[in-house]
Amino acid sequence: MTKDTIKVALIGNPNTGKTSVFNQLTGLHQQVGNYPGITVEKKIGACKLNETSKATIIDLPGTYSLNASSIDENVVIELLLNKKDENYPDVVVVVSEVENLKRNLLLFTQIKDLEIPTILVINMSDRMQLKGIELNIPFLEEQLQTKIALVSSRKNIGIEKIKELILNYESLPNLPCLNASSIDPEYFEKLKKTFPNQLVYKLWLVITQDVNFLNLERNEMESSFTKSHADLKQLQQKETIKRYQFINETLKLGQKIDQSKATDVRAKLDRVLTHKVFGYLIFFVILFGIFQSIFDWSSIPMDYIDRSFADLASFAKMNLPAGEFTNLISEGIIPGIGGILIFIPQIAFLFLFISVLEESGYMSRVVFLMDKIMRRYGLSGKSIVPLISGTACAIPAIMGARNIENWKERLITILVTPFITCSARLPVYAILISLIIPQQRIFGFLSLQGLTLMGLYLLGFGMALLSAYILNKVLRISSKSYFVVEMPSYKIPLFKNVAINIIEKTKAFVFGAGKIILAISIILWFLGSHGPDATFGNAQNIVSKTIKNTDSNYENKLSEYKLEHSYIGTIGKYIEPSIKPLGYDWKIGIAVVSSFAAREVFVGTLATIYSVGNQSGEEATIKEQMKNEIREDGSKTFNFATGISLLIYYALAMQCISTLAIVKKETNSWKWPLVQLLFMSGLAYLSALLAYQILN
Amino acid sequence: MQITVGDLKIGQKAIIVDFDVDTIPLKLLEMGCLPGNTIELIQIAPFGCPLYFNVNDSHVAIRLETAKEIRVVINNTNND
Repeated sequence: MTKDTIKVALIGNPNTGKTSVFNQLTGLHQQVGNYPGITVEKKIGACKLNETSKATIIDLPGTYSLNASSIDENVVIELLLNKKDENYPDVVVVVSEVENLKRNLLLFTQIKDLEIPTILVINMSDRMQLKGIELNIPFLEEQLQTKIALVSSRKNIGIEKIKELILNYESLPNLPCLNASSIDPEYFEKLKKTFPNQLVYKLWLVITQDVNFLNLERNEMESSFTKSHADLKQLQQKETIKRYQFINETLKLGQKIDQSKATDVRAKLDRVLTHKVFGYLIFFVILFGIFQSIFDWSSIPMDYIDRSFADLASFAKMNLPAGEFTNLISEGIIPGIGGILIFIPQIAFLFLFISVLEESGYMSRVVFLMDKIMRRYGLSGKSIVPLISGTACAIPAIMGARNIENWKERLITILVTPFITCSARLPVYAILISLIIPQQRIFGFLSLQGLTLMGLYLLGFGMALLSAYILNKVLRISSKSYFVVEMPSYKIPLFKNVAINIIEKTKAFVFGAGKIILAISIILWFLGSHGPDATFGNAQNIVSKTIKNTDSNYENKLSEYKLEHSYIGTIGKYIEPSIKPLGYDWKIGIAVVSSFAAREVFVGTLATIYSVGNQSGEEATIKEQMKNEIREDGSKTFNFATGISLLIYYALAMQCISTLAIVKKETNSWKWPLVQLLFMSGLAYLSALLAYQILN
Repeated sequence: MQITVGDLKIGQKAIIVDFDVDTIPLKLLEMGCLPGNTIELIQIAPFGCPLYFNVNDSHVAIRLETAKEIRVVINNTNND
């Protein structure tokens, strides 16, 4: 058969470097999407095998076995059981790792039972010598009924071998490597007789799993093949033991490990990193370093981006023919795009740190260190991963809560994660802090602004813990407390993996959130530069009655009047009474309301409102414009009290529609996102009110 | 009294005897936590929980209440 595109599925345990292999095979030719109806990330990449043949590679979620315990793992089974699926693979590549071969092979033997052509990749082969491991590849290939590629995705070794094996997938043996049905011959014999056209192992998976395939047969099966839950689990245990027996026998002959060569790096690092004092100290120092550097390092590119877009807007205004269209470009679109791109440095830095922590294996140690403490608040040690990645964005963080086995702990994690300071809050914080906190350093190196930012992170984290504590007392849910965490070996993060991750996440932000921000900027520009005829259309006549049109202040007065009586000004004035006690004027009010969909819109909105209102010709940066804003009494709009009140509001309020949508999806009910919205935004309003009234 | 994995000291090795399949997550079985395999306690987290083991060459952390469900015999040859 000459197929020009071979479909390949990449499957493996977590921490085997599966994603590195995927990155090596496909480079940047990747598409990230979602499986229909669920929020599991779907990664597909193209790979050129030789001059004429290509492969489409799908990177499936990491799983320890075909016994799924989460929606992520379900994806793997559903694909492998459904021959009609458009991504059903011609060949499966199982990625294993040289140090954990025994455990990795469990999944491999299960996949072999499905009788799909399967290639075994043994990754991290560069560590074999260091660990004193020797493998008898021809023996293993024979026992496991497969072809093996020894690979080091880190050193880019063996990738060509994978491609070659994929090309020749039709010559792969597709027999199972052991007979798993011997765990209960009578039962499986009966299954086989009833469904002669199906693979016994497939049927077994359908019986034990909650997968949506083979629905008809499933109903038939319920009647004659039902076993009690306990019996099924007994059988699954027998199956697992049976598979390990085979694997152990195979490895006894096919793998030699020289124990004396096993270096002790893991043990030494573990002793320090999970130490009862140093462990926490190191964790705290790492976190502190991350927040300081995000604020310090990204301020330079951010200022540069801010300045460039202000210049670009002035340039457009001066050089394009005057008119409606030019105004749209210079006052709507350019500030709008600037308001998106300005976040890139901070988002990139955040994802840099998070992917380094995850890739190195350190994150699991933090889970281990924090479990007991987090449990006091009704959370799990595993909640620390969503809580930390929540500093980038609550959406992937909430999805990351899936691997928390206990439903109550998972629900509480989902509910409190949006309190964590996400990257969308950063631009709001950054601009407000730079306006109200002086640029001083204490002890010569701690920047006061950085400390304020740290304080806001702590506020978010504290509120998350406090709410978790309350939820833990209030929620009446009992579920079994399962907690199993793999502690992977330490690895130096791969530059390519980290870089691809940063690029993917930044791209997702720019094109995802960016669309909303740009659309809102344009709508705001329109609402800000148009208004009812009676006042807005008549502005020149009305203003010239109070001030002579030769007066130097005339232009400013006119544009101020116009903004106030535009559509947006009318809306702003309408809501002003409810936000005045918080220290906000109607312009800030508009920004708060328009950022209900996404927090980061706040800065962009102010940028648009102020540039519509600014007639001086020279386009100032957003920060300068905010600094120059004054109230009716002549005092600065963004004074200390208003600034703090806004900071607190944004720290606590649920201003993100995407998060609400993801919570709805993950909890499968509207109840939880609504609870979240009312609780968080109510709390934010009251706290901001209190702060302003005390400080003012 | 029956000894469980929860009674081990850091560095101590034991052989798993049995457990009630219903109380042990399947994932742990798949990691190689099965009767007959050797289990070694590597580290105990501050405040006594969770526990970090090497079982069947898998490095895995579980909570104390799960550990107490896994009955073991101390392997005298490896125990010092």
